[in-house]
Amino acid sequence: MAGVAETAMESVIGKPVPRVDGPLKVSGTARYTSDHNLEGMLYAVPVCATIAKGRIRSLNVAAAESVRGVKAVYHRENIGKVFRTAPAMGFSLMSDERRPPFEDDVIRYWGQYVAVVVAETFQQAQAGAAAVQVSYDAEPHDVSTELALPAGESLREESKRGDVAAAFASAPVKIDATYVTPAETHNPIELHASVAAWDGQSFTLYETSQAVWNQREVLAQMLGVPLDNVRVISRFLGSGFGGKLWPWPHSVLAAVAARKLNRPVKLVVSRRMMFQNVGHRPLTQQRVRVSAKADGTLLSLDHEALNHTAILDDFSEGCGEATGYLYSVPNVRIASALVRRNVGSATAMRGPGAVPGLYATESAMDELAVALKMDPVALRLKNEPKLDESLGLPFSSRHMVECLQVGAEKFGWARRTPQVGSMKADGKTLGWGVAVASWIAARFDCEAKVELRADGSARVACGTQDVGTGTYTVLAQVVADKAGVPLDRVEVVLGDTTLPPGPISGGSMVTSSMIPAVGDATRQAIETVLLAATSSKTGPFAGKKRGEVEFANGRVQLKGDASSGVGFGEVLAAQNLSVATGSGKSGATFGAKPTVSQHSFGAQFVEVTWQPEIARLRVSRVVTVIDAGRVLNLRAGRNQIEGAVMMGVGMAMFEQTEYDHKTGATINNSLADYLMTTHADAPSVDVTFLDYPDLTLNEYGARGIGEIGLAGVAPAITAAVYHATGVRVRRLPIRIEDLLANQKLA
Amino acid sequence: MELFEYSQAASTEAAVKSGSATGARFIAGGTTLVDLMKLGVETPQRVVDVNSLAGKVPGIDTVDVTPEGGLRIGALVRNADLAHHQTVASHYAVLSQALLSGASAQLRNMATTGGNLLQRTRCVYFRDTAFPCNKREPGSGCPAIGGVNRMMAILGTSDQCIATNPSDMNVALTALEATIHIQGAKGERAVPIHEFFLLPGTTPHKENVLEPGELITFVTLAKPAAGTRSVYLKLRDRASYEFALSSAAVVAQVEGKRLKNVRIAMGGVGTRPWRMVEAEHVLEGHEVEDGNLRKAAEAALRAAKPQSENGFKVELAKRCLVHAVKQLVELA
Ligand SMILES: Cc1cc2nc3c(=O)[nH]c(=O)nc-3n(C[C@H](O)[C@H](O)[C@H](O)COP(=O)(O)OP(=O)(O)OC[C@H]3O[C@@H](n4cnc5c(N)ncnc54)[C@H](O)[C@@H]3O)c2cc1C
Repeated sequence: MAGVAETAMESVIGKPVPRVDGPLKVSGTARYTSDHNLEGMLYAVPVCATIAKGRIRSLNVAAAESVRGVKAVYHRENIGKVFRTAPAMGFSLMSDERRPPFEDDVIRYWGQYVAVVVAETFQQAQAGAAAVQVSYDAEPHDVSTELALPAGESLREESKRGDVAAAFASAPVKIDATYVTPAETHNPIELHASVAAWDGQSFTLYETSQAVWNQREVLAQMLGVPLDNVRVISRFLGSGFGGKLWPWPHSVLAAVAARKLNRPVKLVVSRRMMFQNVGHRPLTQQRVRVSAKADGTLLSLDHEALNHTAILDDFSEGCGEATGYLYSVPNVRIASALVRRNVGSATAMRGPGAVPGLYATESAMDELAVALKMDPVALRLKNEPKLDESLGLPFSSRHMVECLQVGAEKFGWARRTPQVGSMKADGKTLGWGVAVASWIAARFDCEAKVELRADGSARVACGTQDVGTGTYTVLAQVVADKAGVPLDRVEVVLGDTTLPPGPISGGSMVTSSMIPAVGDATRQAIETVLLAATSSKTGPFAGKKRGEVEFANGRVQLKGDASSGVGFGEVLAAQNLSVATGSGKSGATFGAKPTVSQHSFGAQFVEVTWQPEIARLRVSRVVTVIDAGRVLNLRAGRNQIEGAVMMGVGMAMFEQTEYDHKTGATINNSLADYLMTTHADAPSVDVTFLDYPDLTLNEYGARGIGEIGLAGVAPAITAAVYHATGVRVRRLPIRIEDLLANQKLA
Repeated sequence: MELFEYSQAASTEAAVKSGSATGARFIAGGTTLVDLMKLGVETPQRVVDVNSLAGKVPGIDTVDVTPEGGLRIGALVRNADLAHHQTVASHYAVLSQALLSGASAQLRNMATTGGNLLQRTRCVYFRDTAFPCNKREPGSGCPAIGGVNRMMAILGTSDQCIATNPSDMNVALTALEATIHIQGAKGERAVPIHEFFLLPGTTPHKENVLEPGELITFVTLAKPAAGTRSVYLKLRDRASYEFALSSAAVVAQVEGKRLKNVRIAMGGVGTRPWRMVEAEHVLEGHEVEDGNLRKAAEAALRAAKPQSENGFKVELAKRCLVHAVKQLVELA
């Protein structure tokens, strides 16, 4: 926009500035959803089915109703009307468990809600829930973790080029292997929760939501009220990892109860229910056939993926996400199918599709390197594509080669000897492995409002959310940068549907989505300030034309004359204006026909240590190099990648939701029994950002960094494990028993 | 959680009296009891807080050297305090190491010696009231047999129960041949640890010899003989905050590579802390070398009966035992 001088002040963009919401969080004053305690509030506790398939034969609530403090017990017969959502146009009305709670008396997974008890206190509600007597007609369920294409069904081809079958058949070197990733449960520390209030006409819903606008749309339809009569608030999230993107039945239960009883209702999902009722990453079983010439040139890549899905919902993990464009391969096929199981609905979990998909394809690449007797880094460099061969489009900004080269250099890869078990240090066997990473880059629709205020401060409002990743801080940085306002004088308001519609906190797209809208809103506010300055009859710029003034470093000045500058606050105050506002709106690229291939890239180098005498495997070192556009906040960025690497260690070594085969229950349903990475398991992590701006996405060239760091970690670990032990783990997580098999006592 | 009555014990006698009432449970650190109450596994009608005995009963919350040169550990001594006690760390290293390998720092700050002795199994079916469990409801069945049983025991199981005793401390105390001091309605008694825990057999709900209302007051340890060393090795799925798949406590007098008075106990494999008497015999008086170590390990696991998912524990336990002994004689 004309009239805005280049910022001379040192920009906060790219700086490792601390979280603006940090003090609130460490002092315990950030109010999370379940911290909201409203006047007259009641507590709801759901009752969960204890079969995985069948019907409710009888449901006796008499004992529950007589528990002290119990106000009501709702179930199929008395919940009243709860609606389904209409078919969605485009990317809207998202939810993974589409059946309204209690819609029928059929049980399709263990833990499905069959009733909800509402009482004066949480303890009374719990006692009430325990007193509800349910009997069932159980039928044989299926939670088998061996997936097979259902009879009569075939794989759906998602992408195809060339002739994979012919190329594979005649190839000199080939790998055909099947890889399995288990169901994983999102385990953010903050439990899912809803606090619902009804005022006789409208709902105010405090939700643990990564997408308040979608939550509002879905809840309005399910509750049968106009959209305007629902307000959703989600100020702070104790993370979500995708599990809090779309609404779950407990939100509906809390809202229905609040309306029926005309009192606010709080419902906090228990840790056990977190394993049943609010989604999970589905089990995947992927067959990869990859072939190459003797010199390593790839000939074909065939990627078939099955994932389990709930009885009523079609959740496709999308394992082939990155398969089509990662390498130069003439013959590619990506195909998938769903296999129904008596499990709760699956949903997106950090890096859906690409993360389990890359575990399979990158493992196969490692196996291919072994078969070719070729260095796995060299194999990847050899097959670097010139363009995105799946779309036939150029990449907006791809530096995979540099990721591999920088990573190899930092890691010391040149010292690697390829023989299994050939590297030792401190009496331990070392294993070194590598894998590459990729993740989509795109934008969602976004609107934002910016205010420049007479006291010299700024405010930015956007109906997006901060999952805990640093969205508050990054928005403040953008406004601070554009308007020349100190960071601590930028107020950021998020997580409320009374604010302009903002993007979902998913797909690593909030940052890229909000930059154009917030940028435009800030520019508009600045323009308002300039107009105000020059249209005034008094004050320092009285009589000047708009074209004679400019805005620099938070000040209005005569063009090119910094000494004439006056702070925007003073300019506004001089004219008795409280504020200059601007709004911005930018459109989605996600879902639109692409003109360029936009993705982030990365390379993961891993060292494991192996002590066969005690079967002890540890991940000791990870070097990760990320090409994710320009990083707006180095501290928040590093934090995202380091956290993702820890999650990758968990995915490779620990995480797995276990189904009890006799009952279908998710049996390891606690933080003690569902293992995740602890500090003692944490490797040293060296994070490098290449920091090449991708200007096709927004003016800073920022992509997203929330998910890319998890991609490639697990296959790099299993590659390292193979290098150390000679055991190829094709079913995650890696377990001691896998490593003990075919190992002699050392 | 269900409603319960809460009281604080004014004396051991009072504690025993209130503890004898039907449905009564003592509470010390509460890290087992409160956890199980939240899950509905424990539903006491009365909770008798024994923390109030600290300061009233001499020694109940302290570690003291006995006139014979041994150690007397009060039942209320916190796991963290016991682990970091100077004499324990230097003369009973196995106990210190076992305690520090268990749970988390926060839990160890709360957990007590008496409570740790009586901590309940981590069997997922025992901890979930939606399932039958012979330990919880005698005669109801055992879904762990043929179910998710990777963590379960391979020694001392019965067709009614295959749950492990999950404690690390108990393994160390078993190798140290600790004595448990108990106050009951009829007076005091002392029980050697190898008689304290019961096999599940047909009565898996009876885990030890305590009668209702009986209170653990102290644990005593003998003075270690000259040249005694000890070590605890714990193997598990992750590096901390996780129960053992297999662990070994080894105590012996070490002269070069020769072992005397060897005591070996293992955890993570048995329905109670498992003393490896046959393995001790193999090693007793001999110099440690690969051959007899392996023989000892074979002897230790000879009776092992793996479940559907935990066959690997047999080999893992053998490696655990071998490596622990090697660590003791500083070969590893
Ligand atoms: C997540 C988690 C992880 C853990 N990991 C480990 C681990 O890796 N290794 C390990 O060894 N342990 C582990 N623990 C268990 C922990 O060590 C025990 O919970 C703790 O030692 C119990 O002690 P307490 O004082 O808190 O017992 P409480 O909960 O107070 O009592 C436990 C039982 O003992 C009874 N009791 C208590 N004191 C007396 C007494 N003086 N006389 C008679 N009866 C008494 C109580 O009635 C109750 O039945 C873990 C626990 C948790 C929750």
